[in-house]
Amino acid sequence: MAILVDSATRVICQGITGSAGATHTRGCYAYGTRMVGGVTPGKGGTFFEIEAAPTGGGYDGKGPIKEAKLPIFNTVAEAVKATDANATMIFVPPPFAADAIMEAAEAGIRLVICVTEGIPVVDMTKVKRALQRYPKVRLVGPNCPGLITPEACKIGIMPGYIHKAGDIGILSRSGTLTYEAVWQVTQAGFGQSSCVGIGGDPVKGTDFIDVLELFERDPETKGVVMIGEIGGSAEEEAAAWIKKNMSKPVAAFIAGRTAPPGRRMGHAGAIVSGKSGTAESKVEALRAAGIAVCDSPAEIGATLLKAMKRL
Amino acid sequence: MNIHEHQAKALLKALGVDVLEGRVAFKPEEAEKAYGELGTPVVVVKSQIHAGGRGKGKAVEPGKLDPKKYDSKTGNYSGPGVASDKGVVLCKSAAEAKSAAGKLLGNVLVTKQTGAAGKKVQRVYVEAGCPPEKEFYVSVLLDRGVGLPVMMVSPAGGMDIEDVAEKSPEKILRVHFDPADGLWPHQARRAAFFLGLTGDAFKSGVKLLGNLAKAYVKLDCSLLEINPLALSKDRVFCMDAKLSFDDNALYRHPEVEELRDLAEEDPKEVESRKFDLNYIALDGQIGCLVNGAGLAMATMDVIKLYGKMPANFLDVGGSANKERVTAGFKIILSDPNVKAILVNIFGGIMSCRVIAEGVIAAAKEVNLKVPLVVRLEGNASKEGKEVLKASGLAVTTADGLADAAEKVCAAVK
Repeated sequence: MAILVDSATRVICQGITGSAGATHTRGCYAYGTRMVGGVTPGKGGTFFEIEAAPTGGGYDGKGPIKEAKLPIFNTVAEAVKATDANATMIFVPPPFAADAIMEAAEAGIRLVICVTEGIPVVDMTKVKRALQRYPKVRLVGPNCPGLITPEACKIGIMPGYIHKAGDIGILSRSGTLTYEAVWQVTQAGFGQSSCVGIGGDPVKGTDFIDVLELFERDPETKGVVMIGEIGGSAEEEAAAWIKKNMSKPVAAFIAGRTAPPGRRMGHAGAIVSGKSGTAESKVEALRAAGIAVCDSPAEIGATLLKAMKRL
Repeated sequence: MNIHEHQAKALLKALGVDVLEGRVAFKPEEAEKAYGELGTPVVVVKSQIHAGGRGKGKAVEPGKLDPKKYDSKTGNYSGPGVASDKGVVLCKSAAEAKSAAGKLLGNVLVTKQTGAAGKKVQRVYVEAGCPPEKEFYVSVLLDRGVGLPVMMVSPAGGMDIEDVAEKSPEKILRVHFDPADGLWPHQARRAAFFLGLTGDAFKSGVKLLGNLAKAYVKLDCSLLEINPLALSKDRVFCMDAKLSFDDNALYRHPEVEELRDLAEEDPKEVESRKFDLNYIALDGQIGCLVNGAGLAMATMDVIKLYGKMPANFLDVGGSANKERVTAGFKIILSDPNVKAILVNIFGGIMSCRVIAEGVIAAAKEVNLKVPLVVRLEGNASKEGKEVLKASGLAVTTADGLADAAEKVCAAVK
């Protein structure tokens, strides 16, 4: 496998009957992800139907699309017991999302991907503390597009067709900007081992270093693209980690050089507070660690391919 | 979201935090009346704007403000029209309070934090005078690295805390706490000892610090800053108070949402919220309409690389449709500085054809006069480009981010 997920990963969706949950459950299933069920409290015992010849929103899979009837459960624990799910994709609305994450952890799911945007920060600080009791659980997100191992497993909202199986790992705090980088790599004729959106919130489950560590250990990954943005100091910490531990080439882009201080740029975590969290500080730290940082978002793919001596 | 000092103090007072008596005044006469009601020989008339540095700021008559006379490094304004050379005025009589309020209200306060344009003073806060023996600093904010709130205290009150952190970091104590537990008493004691409090002042300080931590969690703040925190005769109280809130949590605080002062916000940003658009006004010439926050920031950056500046940040989100694109266009065009528009869409799940149709409808509806460059990539991008071409509109299409930026920058002389 590449990292975190492969074709054997068994996935449920929490919030499967909501509009986003339903759309993306179909989208992931069509891509070839082994979707095994869903959870909506109160709708246990019913089924989520996927038609055989889907058209329109969310369908972008290449493989044969079979019709499916996914069982819906009242609780994650029941879903795990019945389906052996080992990953979950959360689309539960913000006021209930923190609870959904903890329910998944308690039910023994090891990989929790929370796509939901807009969870209060205090809720996430509580989740982070509570997750310390479940050291084997990995939370990705919240406020993230999810993750994908191309042509094997997609858990999230990213368009599947822009990806191609390959050996470049991509990790990012942003959604569409990640697609941009993926697309540049694919257009250049290369593919991705895995792509992980860690999310745009200030308090999140998985940070750059966690994913870098996985890419460094993964024999299928030969080079890494890291996309950061203003706010916090995760990029600076990642730079120091890369310098010390990473043997594979890394290229980076930092979004938000033109962002004014004190303003939240869409993502809750994308804010320059006083003198901290600026793009300049991040670019400087990354360059000092020997990482190829591009100034233009149009050059993300090319910058890595050059660093890998493929261009 | 930000609120005024007097609102912050009212919220804190309700949660057991000691603040001074005060009255809000929208007219000079109300400030005069407030002096009598407060009953202290000295009152402080404080401009209420959503920016710091008010004490050293200058209130300038709006018509006479010369932005060129503003020094962005020091925040000092040396031009004409100065009605008051401070934004916070000590007054010893009702007449003085009335006169001070008259010089502040309706004028523009220019401070280190407002930029050259300043901010209009629409209300003042008249507060009972209580000369401090000592001033401290305390704030609570999120430590992103740790994922927990942290209380920062310093005996260096009334100063810029970033300067203190740089020059004398030993004067700052950081105490992390779990939002579920609040500040433990031993943590509050440690902070109070660090401030050098003793006796009854120590007890008062411990209580106040604990309550501040509680308030931060209870109100879902993103920043709580008391600078200065003051000591006077065994009483520890907030002389100033700044609260910012986590926008994600506003749904559970209607009482806070009600405090929003639309006059403090850019009207374009107020309008954008109605359509659930993420818009931030900037001062360049190129309007941008993008899907996704990261790509929106990157689009601004690439415009700068090609020599121009973005007029705004605008993320139309993942579910951009005709209505949202039209609303976005209208908001962008209500900024007179906009000389060209760049639409940059990476259609993931969303079809570029739908976006193209939205762009055409919007351009027709707003009778678009400025050059428009559209870059569509991803899902159905080919069809999208064809739709644009067939529309007969003067749209320049672009391939890739660099091409788009180059074309839109070239369209502006």
